[in-house]
Amino acid sequence: MKRFWAWGALIIGLLYFILPLIGMTNFSLKMRRGVYSFDAYAKVLGDTRFQETFSYSVTLALLTILVGVFLVVPTAYWVRLKLPFLRPYIEFVTLLPLVIPAIVVVFGYIRLYNTSSWLPLTGTALGTDVLLVAGYTMLALPYMYRAVDTGLRTIDVTTLTEAAQSLGAGWFTIITRIILPNVLVAVLSGAFLTFAIVIGEFTMAALLNRPAFGPYMQVLGANRAYEPAALAVIAFAITWGCLGLIQLVSRFQKSAQRPV
Amino acid sequence: MTSPNPPTGPSPARRMRLPLHWLGILPFAVFVLLFLIMPTMKIVIGAFQRPDGSFTFSNIGNLFTPSILAAYGISIRISMASAFFGCLIGFGTAAAVVLGGLPRAIRGPLMTFSGVASNFAGVPLAFAFLATLGPVGFITVFLQSELGINLRMLGFNLLSFWGLTLTYLFFQIPLMILIITPALDGLKKEWREAASILGATNAQYWRMVALPILTPSILGTFALLFANAFGAVATAIALTGSSLSIVPILLFAQIRGDVLGDPHLGYALAFGMIVVTGIANTVYIWLRARSERWMR
Repeated sequence: MKRFWAWGALIIGLLYFILPLIGMTNFSLKMRRGVYSFDAYAKVLGDTRFQETFSYSVTLALLTILVGVFLVVPTAYWVRLKLPFLRPYIEFVTLLPLVIPAIVVVFGYIRLYNTSSWLPLTGTALGTDVLLVAGYTMLALPYMYRAVDTGLRTIDVTTLTEAAQSLGAGWFTIITRIILPNVLVAVLSGAFLTFAIVIGEFTMAALLNRPAFGPYMQVLGANRAYEPAALAVIAFAITWGCLGLIQLVSRFQKSAQRPV
Repeated sequence: MTSPNPPTGPSPARRMRLPLHWLGILPFAVFVLLFLIMPTMKIVIGAFQRPDGSFTFSNIGNLFTPSILAAYGISIRISMASAFFGCLIGFGTAAAVVLGGLPRAIRGPLMTFSGVASNFAGVPLAFAFLATLGPVGFITVFLQSELGINLRMLGFNLLSFWGLTLTYLFFQIPLMILIITPALDGLKKEWREAASILGATNAQYWRMVALPILTPSILGTFALLFANAFGAVATAIALTGSSLSIVPILLFAQIRGDVLGDPHLGYALAFGMIVVTGIANTVYIWLRARSERWMR
């Protein structure tokens, strides 16, 4: 009896999640009247605006990952090694982007870095891109920091550092050739999640007026019928792919660690 | 946030070396200061300033006009409703899988799917729901043609309070599942056995043992889901355009084109958002610390 209710609860829950996915897939295939076709996908993928905005967002996502890794890995390492009493405070700071809504942060950017300020980043396209990458780095910070810090917990940072130093390694060598390879799986997990967050982000890109994928989707959604559903399917596939890759690399790590 | 091991007073020799140590976190500190703390402080300070820069409470006072209060009201109610049902349904699903005797093989895929679905927010999510429950959506058309039920005649509209709540639930429920499953795993078998040896029924066990232990986790997650829904901008804009006046949409329009006609009222509006999500997250952090006592 208990199992019956459990199955019932699970199936109703699953229906709620599967029906919208069926709905969007079904809708995306119905562009040609009466038959299922991939017309909507062909139209979306052939659109130059799609290609431009999508590659722009991919570039930004990769830059965000780079900045995030360069910022988070040395910091998390240094805090564990030299300033352990700061850890709770750093952790608190990294959680702040979850507390302060993205729309408020970007509002602050627009007011603080406008053309008449001390650092007029919003004045040029390049400056605005810098601002957008910084904003995305902040959005991804809670996930990136947590992933890397958890990864660092599994290795003996002090011993590794001392061993490397006694062999004559400098700080740069230690971080790039000792620490980074050891937390690579954690970094990759954070990177894939960052990618999934950045690729479809709307609020920051829209308010900073940059031609990113999120605002493109929103504009298309306001004007077209079938193409948005195709975009939703594509976006869902990307999210699924990123999360799938996280599973894959963490499983890879588990099997690599077993013989030790 | 309190440090588990309070910093001991540094010895004089250590204090001499200290500045070099701190250099290591300088890039991080500068970055966070430039792109998180200072922009936020700009908004917070701006909420208490007149256009000429002098201090005032009048911006905050101007928030208490009927249209802005209504926006906060509907935002808070949508966030409450989606957090409440998200907790309820997410808890039910997690309990069914962890305690309901379902095969263990379900858990891995369910957790993976929850990870995906809780990140599937924003513009595409709105499209998925429009294609499903919108005027010509999959379910709407199916109910109309096969069963003769007209959702619109029944008063259902996707671009409304319940429509938005229903859409938010798509990422709220999985988030609840992700957070509450470890807590349910933390319920030790020994506690149930001890309770039943002492003569407790199943209902008594839940009422007097399991639920009190889980309450901080559940309430904490409720606060987190609330903040999550309150700050959601993209889903709401892609779904409703600007037809539903909730705080994030109002703020979005204000940043784009100063619809309130007073830049400092915009600061106050944003400050109000920080206050609401700040309270919700403080509750979450405090309750999580309490619930972790039982999860060792």
